[in-house]
Amino acid sequence: MSFRVPRRTIAAFLGPAVAALAIVGIVPLLYAVWKSLHYFNLTKIAQQRFVGLDNYGAVLTDPVFWQAMGRTALLFAIAVPVQIALGLVIALVLHRPGLSFGKTLTRLSLVLPMATTYAVVGLLAQVMLNQKYGVINQMLGWVGIDAINFIGDPTNAFIAVVLWDIWQWTPFVALVLLAGLSTVPPEIEEAAKLETRSNWTVLRHVQLPFLIPSLVAVLILRTADTLKLFDMPFTMTRGGPGSATEFIAVLIERVGNRQFDIGMAAAQSIIMLAITIILARLYIRLFYREVR
Amino acid sequence: MAAPIQRRSLWGEAFLLLLIGLFCVFPFYWMVTTSLKTQVVALESPPVWWFTPTLANYREVLFVDKVGPALINSVIVAVCTTALAVGLGTPAAYALARFEFRGKTDLWFWFITNRFVSPVVLAFPVFLISRELGLRDTHLALILMYLTFTLPIVIWICTDQFRSIPHELDEAALLEGASQWRIFRSICLPLAMPGVAVSSILSFIFSWNELLFAYILAPKAAKTAPAMAVTFMEGYDVPYGKIMATSTLIVVPVLIFALLASRHLVRGLTMGAVK
Repeated sequence: MSFRVPRRTIAAFLGPAVAALAIVGIVPLLYAVWKSLHYFNLTKIAQQRFVGLDNYGAVLTDPVFWQAMGRTALLFAIAVPVQIALGLVIALVLHRPGLSFGKTLTRLSLVLPMATTYAVVGLLAQVMLNQKYGVINQMLGWVGIDAINFIGDPTNAFIAVVLWDIWQWTPFVALVLLAGLSTVPPEIEEAAKLETRSNWTVLRHVQLPFLIPSLVAVLILRTADTLKLFDMPFTMTRGGPGSATEFIAVLIERVGNRQFDIGMAAAQSIIMLAITIILARLYIRLFYREVR
Repeated sequence: MAAPIQRRSLWGEAFLLLLIGLFCVFPFYWMVTTSLKTQVVALESPPVWWFTPTLANYREVLFVDKVGPALINSVIVAVCTTALAVGLGTPAAYALARFEFRGKTDLWFWFITNRFVSPVVLAFPVFLISRELGLRDTHLALILMYLTFTLPIVIWICTDQFRSIPHELDEAALLEGASQWRIFRSICLPLAMPGVAVSSILSFIFSWNELLFAYILAPKAAKTAPAMAVTFMEGYDVPYGKIMATSTLIVVPVLIFALLASRHLVRGLTMGAVK
């Protein structure tokens, strides 16, 4: 039950928050749309002029933009399935009864990677993955693998970003799925375990239906966060070597902040925002239909 | 028959837990130990695991390299934006939880979608606007921009909290003639303190961790600690010990807060997608 209250009271309670969020969230967005219709380069302010949709045309036909998008999609396509698979294993282990102290400790340690400052995660990669001084290469040496130049080689640098993304976000996926597992009514799970000894059957037919909302949440959030991904690759490789780890947000930062072409960066970011919204709606439509 | 199998699987499980824990914690162990190495020790190949620790890196970054002031900037920005978000967000959350009005779902949805907007979309327009207004390189610019993610967090978590407070309390107060504002201030807000605490911790963590706005909007005077850490990477001679000392100083406060709010961190990151 909710109260019916005068409109003035509602406005007094909501007004400040709505106004604040409009000023910091919507005004800059509208300004970005306006600037995206201009040629606007900070080093050539005098040449500023209205160019209509030219920037959008340039972005949509720019191979560099689509390569960055493709790279971002590839990162998502490799890292997220691994995160879901590993996360599900971790969630299932933690969901089993017994060893409760050990499980509490493990859950606490799972919280650490996702809370870590993303910029520091990239710096850690620099230190740990260094070809000569890095501890990861030392460990690879113990099992007879030659030192790998993770940061300096284009393909390896991309792999390194994928691995680091998996490190930081697998625990998050695990905890989201663990929350999903706890929504399965215990009676149903007990009954299923009496019926069959196969954990796989229980997972597939009893637990999975309850996990679908969590999986949709993971897909939507990982999509949004992968499109946002800036700090970690920026501090790790600055988008290099070449453009091997120049993901979409890193590209936009380079165009706006290091090439000073703000009109173009605005057009790129508006297109990226549109893609984010389309993907989020698509997921909700695809997956939730199945549940209903 | 069953007992030995069970025991063996228990050992397997314990081993698995240990593996998961190590996977999560090892990079932090390496970060802290590297921060205690001199540059000579840090550049040994292969890396050494046992060495004489030194606090020289901490002394140097804190007092010579201006990481100290950057940490203070970070504290100022994170605390102010959190306070502002709580001040603006709790009344809004109360209204969303208690009042009935048209467009409520749309408003709610708009608050939550801010979670999906990449900061890179807003950073350049805000850079230009803040330059016009003379707000460039000030704490205020960062404090305001961080509201784009702290305010939705506070509103979302506190709305949930206000909904869980029984209506009987405010109905009784209403019969006594108390105004909605008075009910909010004197009855509901004190009862919603757990939610306020959790959302404050989360918005502190997210503001503390932010890099992109800080990097673009605050290049010098208001530079925050993560932006400071980035500048160490510029140049040829990469000072590993100093970078890791700075990283440790940045990460330790957030890890403490994250452990304090560990049960709610996932809730905060998913913004309502998962309870």
